[in-house]
This record gives sequence, C-alpha cells and structure tokens, in this order.
Amino acid sequence: MGDVWIFAEVSEGRPLDVVYELLGGGRPLADDLGGKLAAILPWGADQAGEASTKEAVVRDLIASGADLVYVVQSRELVLRQEEPHAQAIYELANQYRPDVLLFGATTFGLSLAPRVAAKLGTGLIANCTTLSIDKGSGLLLMTRPAFEENIMATMTCPDRRPQMATVRPRAMKRLTPDPGRLGEVLTVVCDLPSPGARVVEVVKEDQDQAVDITDAKIIVAGGRGIGCKENLEMLEELAHLLGGAVAVSRPVVDAGWAPESRQVGQSGKIVSPKLYIACGISGAVQHTAGMSSSDIIVAINKDPGAPIFDIATYGIVGDVCQIVPALIRELKGRR
Amino acid sequence: MHVLVCIKQVPADPSAVKVDRKTNTLIREGIPVVVNPFDLFAIEEALRLRERMSSSGQKGRVSVITMGPPQARSALEEAIAMGADDAVLLSDRAFAGADTLATAYTLSRGIRRIEDSTGAKVDIVICGRQSTDGDTAQVGPELAEMLGIPHLVRVRKVESLTRESIRVERIADGGYDVIESCLPVLLTVEKGINQPRVPSLRGLMRARKAGIPVWGAQELGVEAQQVGLAGSPTRVIRVFSPERQRRAEMLTGSPEAVARLLVDRLMTAM
Ligand SMILES: Cc1cc2nc3c(=O)[nH]c(=O)nc-3n(C[C@H](O)[C@H](O)[C@H](O)COP(=O)(O)OP(=O)(O)OC[C@H]3O[C@@H](n4cnc5c(N)ncnc54)[C@H](O)[C@@H]3O)c2cc1C
Ligand SMILES: Nc1ncnc2c1ncn2[C@@H]1O[C@H](COP(=O)(O)O)[C@@H](O)[C@H]1O
Repeated sequence: MGDVWIFAEVSEGRPLDVVYELLGGGRPLADDLGGKLAAILPWGADQAGEASTKEAVVRDLIASGADLVYVVQSRELVLRQEEPHAQAIYELANQYRPDVLLFGATTFGLSLAPRVAAKLGTGLIANCTTLSIDKGSGLLLMTRPAFEENIMATMTCPDRRPQMATVRPRAMKRLTPDPGRLGEVLTVVCDLPSPGARVVEVVKEDQDQAVDITDAKIIVAGGRGIGCKENLEMLEELAHLLGGAVAVSRPVVDAGWAPESRQVGQSGKIVSPKLYIACGISGAVQHTAGMSSSDIIVAINKDPGAPIFDIATYGIVGDVCQIVPALIRELKGRR
Repeated sequence: MHVLVCIKQVPADPSAVKVDRKTNTLIREGIPVVVNPFDLFAIEEALRLRERMSSSGQKGRVSVITMGPPQARSALEEAIAMGADDAVLLSDRAFAGADTLATAYTLSRGIRRIEDSTGAKVDIVICGRQSTDGDTAQVGPELAEMLGIPHLVRVRKVESLTRESIRVERIADGGYDVIESCLPVLLTVEKGINQPRVPSLRGLMRARKAGIPVWGAQELGVEAQQVGLAGSPTRVIRVFSPERQRRAEMLTGSPEAVARLLVDRLMTAM
C-alpha cells in the first residue's frame, strides 16, 4: 500500500502547470500501488491572508487527480527558499511514509528535491520523462534521457523510500479536471527554523512576455536553414494564419535573429504543441529534446537525410523559401 | 577565506557515448575526457573570489576536489594550472559506480577531512550547475545538505561578499532572485557567470609538479557499503537508444502540390 506524493509548487497563488502534469502522471502510479495520490501544498507568509485562494487551489488539486492535499503552513515557506521547504517535506515524509515522492523539474524543484533526498537518505532520479510501476516488483520505473538525449536509461530505487524523481515539464499529460471529485485536506502547521539563505528581491525578466511558446498549441519553428533574419517574417505570417507562435533553434538565437525566450531544446524551452512545423531544422538531439513529444511534427528540409525526418509525422524535402510561401497561399486560398 | 571547488572529469562529447548492445552498459573506453565545462566557470569564480578578498586585504585559498578514477588527476592539474592553490583526488575502487547521493557523501567526507587538517571550516563550496554526463544538477544541493549549509543554485553573479555573508543573483524561472546567505554556503554557478581563463604555461609547470594527495575509503574513514555502487540507492536497470520508429510520411510534388497535401492532412488530423 504505497502513497504517491507530488510537490505542488505555487507561484503567485497558482500551482505551476507541471503540478497538474504530476497529478496526471501520478494518478496511475497510485492506482497501481493501491495507495493515495497526495499533493503537498506549501502555504507561506507571502500567501497568507489569501484564504479564499488557498481553498480554490486545494479544490483545483483535488479536481485534477489528488485524493489528499497536505497544506503545510509556516511563515518560513516563502517563495523559493529551499531549507524550510526541505525541512517541512522531510518531517511530513517521515511521519506519513509515502512510497513515491515527485517534483517538477523546474529550477526550484531541481534545487529542492536533492536537498530532500539527502535528508531522507534516499535516491533521486533527475528529469524523468516516463514513470510506471513494475508489475512484478511493485517498484517505480523511472526513465530519463542521458548523454544529451543520446541514450535512455530506466532506473529504480529498490531498497530505500520514498522513491524520488523530478519530472520534466510537459512530459506527462494532465487529467481533465472533474469538479465533482472528492478528496481530503490535512492542514499541518510547521514551526521551522529560519533559513541561512533568504530571498531579498524577486526580479521578473522575461524579455518576450507577449509570447510564451510553451503555451502555444501550434508552433512554426525556424532553424539555421531559413537563411536570414528576414525570412522569420514569412514564418510569422504562417504562424499567424494557423493561430500559432514562432519558435527557433539555437543557431537562430546565436545569430541574434530571435530572442532566447523563443529557443526550443535542451538549453531552451520544452514544448509539446498539437502541431510543430520545423523549417530548416536538422533535428539535432539537443533540439528534438525540446519538441519530440509534439502531437504532429512536420519537417521541411532540403536534405532528405536530415534526422528531423526520423521523428516527423509528415516530411517535405524542399526549400523553405518555396514551401512556406506555398503553404501561406494555400491557407489563404481556403479561407 | 577558504573556497573549495568540486570538479568532475567527463567525456569530451557526451553524445558519443554508446550502448553496448550485448551487455547493455555504456561504452566509455577510449573516449577523450575534459573537465566538465560547467566546472570551469566554478573554478574561475573561485579564483575571482580570492582576488576580491586579497584586494580587501584578506587571505584567500582555493582548493579543488574531485572523486574519480586515477586519471582524474589531470582535471585537478588543469585547475591548478588555472590558478588553484591545491587539490585532492578522492579515488578508490570502492567509489566506483556511485550515484549522486553516494558521490555527495564521499565529497562531504573529503571536505570534512580537509577541514580537519586546516582546523577551519571551508567558507564557500562551489560546484558547476550540472555535469554533462551525469546531467542531474543534484550533487551540489545534496552535498550542501550533508554539510549542513545553505545552497544557492544557478548563481549568475556574486554581488557582494563579506566575512559572514554573501549576496548573489540566481536564475529563477521567469527572471532572477537576489538572495543573501550566511557563510559557509554552497553555490552552483551558471555558465556565463564569467569567462574562464586559459591555463598559463607557468601554471601548467606548477601543476605537473604539484603534490596531489589521493584519498581512498580508508583515509576518509568510510565503510565500503556507504560509497560507490554499494552506497547508491539507485540502480540502472536498462539502457537503450531512444526509439526512432515514427517514420515520416513524405509528401512529394511541386511546392503547390505538397502545400495542398499537407493542409489536407492537417485538416483531417487536427
Ligand atoms: C550543450 C548543448 C545544448 C544545446 N541546446 C540546444 C537547444 O536548446 N536548442 C537547439 O535548437 N539547439 C541546441 N544545441 C545545438 C544543437 O546541437 C544543434 O547545433 C542545433 O539544434 C542545430 O540547429 P539547426 O537545425 O537550426 O541548424 P543546422 O543543424 O545547421 O541545420 C540546418 C538545416 O536546415 C536545412 N536547410 C538549409 N537551407 C535550407 C533551405 N533553404 N530550405 C530547407 N532546409 C534548409 C539543412 O539541410 C539543415 O538540415 C545545443 C548544443 C549543445 C552542445
Ligand atoms: N565525481 C565528482 N567529483 C567532484 N565533483 C562532482 C562530481 N560529480 C559531480 N560533481 C559536482 O557537482 C556538479 C553537478 O553534477 P551532477 O549532479 O552530476 O549534474 C558538477 O558540476 C560538479 O561541480
């Protein structure tokens, strides 16, 4: 009987997208283990006084798959301070002994989870993309890409508990929320020591706030093969006709043709749209790491041997400067 | 003030690492190695902190530590050639196969031993943001927990440093945080925090002659079952190449023809 816990990282009173994905990915694990799916929701001084928001968040977590929400309250649980968060989760885990403990692989999650794992003396697998329960042993199978996406590895944590993993954003699908779902709430008030490191200022710095490519349902992406900065305009036009956004590969950012916030890949953003049209992108593993879970992938490349065709749904061998304008004309003609 | 840098030797091109189809293990032999690129920024930042201290009349010392096979000595030599004062190699057959928890544990014991020999705490531990082969970014935070000190990840700038505290900018999702910590502290540094210097010829000479102690399980006073594979809670059960089975349907014809075919397909599929 193992419970599965997920850490509900909250920003500005709202759980991050990855929290819902963890609930979606954690649900079948809890079912296979015959245990509960619980969310740990830290509620600190910076969110205090917003009781109505807290209730709404709890309801939302339950509707999205949680059986139980632990609301952990302490004035020290302020935004992104690892030490008090680690202490609170450690105490809770020692008391209730979950079988599995998952975090989103956000900047904070990747920093907090190892601190918790070290406190608990257990293993931790980073950046997992697939999780399942082994039927025979009941162990959590954690699969992640390794060596720059070149190799996949499946790992277990056989003897120590909880079995811990950080999970890549967009790797798991959220459930359709069911407002009628029932769940329990347990509020835990913690008295935590004051941390050695304190956040003194939070600065927002998203250069390109107008467009968040991780939210786009349709993405038209340009690589080095588009040839010049001006050709991004035809991609913008195509994206506009489709109701999508433009993203790019790293060389396009390096050339200064587009801001870093548009970069897809291992060192950029991870996207998972319904449609990804890759124009003049070779399909290097560092790029496909950020888009390979898109539902439909269209590749336009003049090199028939380009690796992008290996992961594409539809492939077109040709010059982007001819194919993209033809697509624009075709779409306009059908309006 | 004592700054200690944790570095790792990694394959020069991690994507060149292949799976042995027969044994399902990684083929690493014969692959050229380098200092983990992220750790060069860590070494450079330590050297800069030492310069900062000496300009305010304080004495600074930069030590470097790695856990690895005997060949990892060359990584330490490179750090000394860049300007580090001294280095320690943690090497023992018993350390092989360590996951991040066992690695952090072994490093923590190495650091404790250094502290015992100097009679003072290390003030700042610096790690790279992540290693290109392990690629977990876990060793730093785990090590900080074991040392019982705060940690700050993805530091992109050290704003100020005093005897008791440090103030840095660290990258957060959607911006950055200014954060202040007491010392001792562990930092993991972001690529681009500085421009790592190239080792000088004199440095290389000095490095070649440097006495680099090698400490094994015995010197660290650790039990074999606490380190290496035996001390690692995680196990790799399968290694495989990602599937590439989704072959594209190729659309052919004139630009107009393929545009029409594609739009037709998308209309039915979406
Ligand atoms: C540690 C590390 C991290 C990285 N992170 C990322 C990352 O996050 N994101 C990322 O994208 N990359 C990343 N890279 C870089 C990555 O390895 C590739 O170099 C990069 O993705 C290649 O981009 P590209 O496909 O646009 O360019 P190229 O590989 O140069 O490919 C251009 C393609 O365009 C085609 N082409 C040229 N002209 C035309 C034309 N007129 N019409 C049609 N096709 C044409 C060519 O056939 C070619 O296939 C990273 C690399 C490293 C080492
Ligand atoms: N074997 C090792 N010896 C010394 N430092 C290490 C070792 N492994 C990892 N590190 C440090 O921990 C950082 C993160 O590594 P990783 O958790 O493997 O991504 C690296 O950049 C190094 O600073």
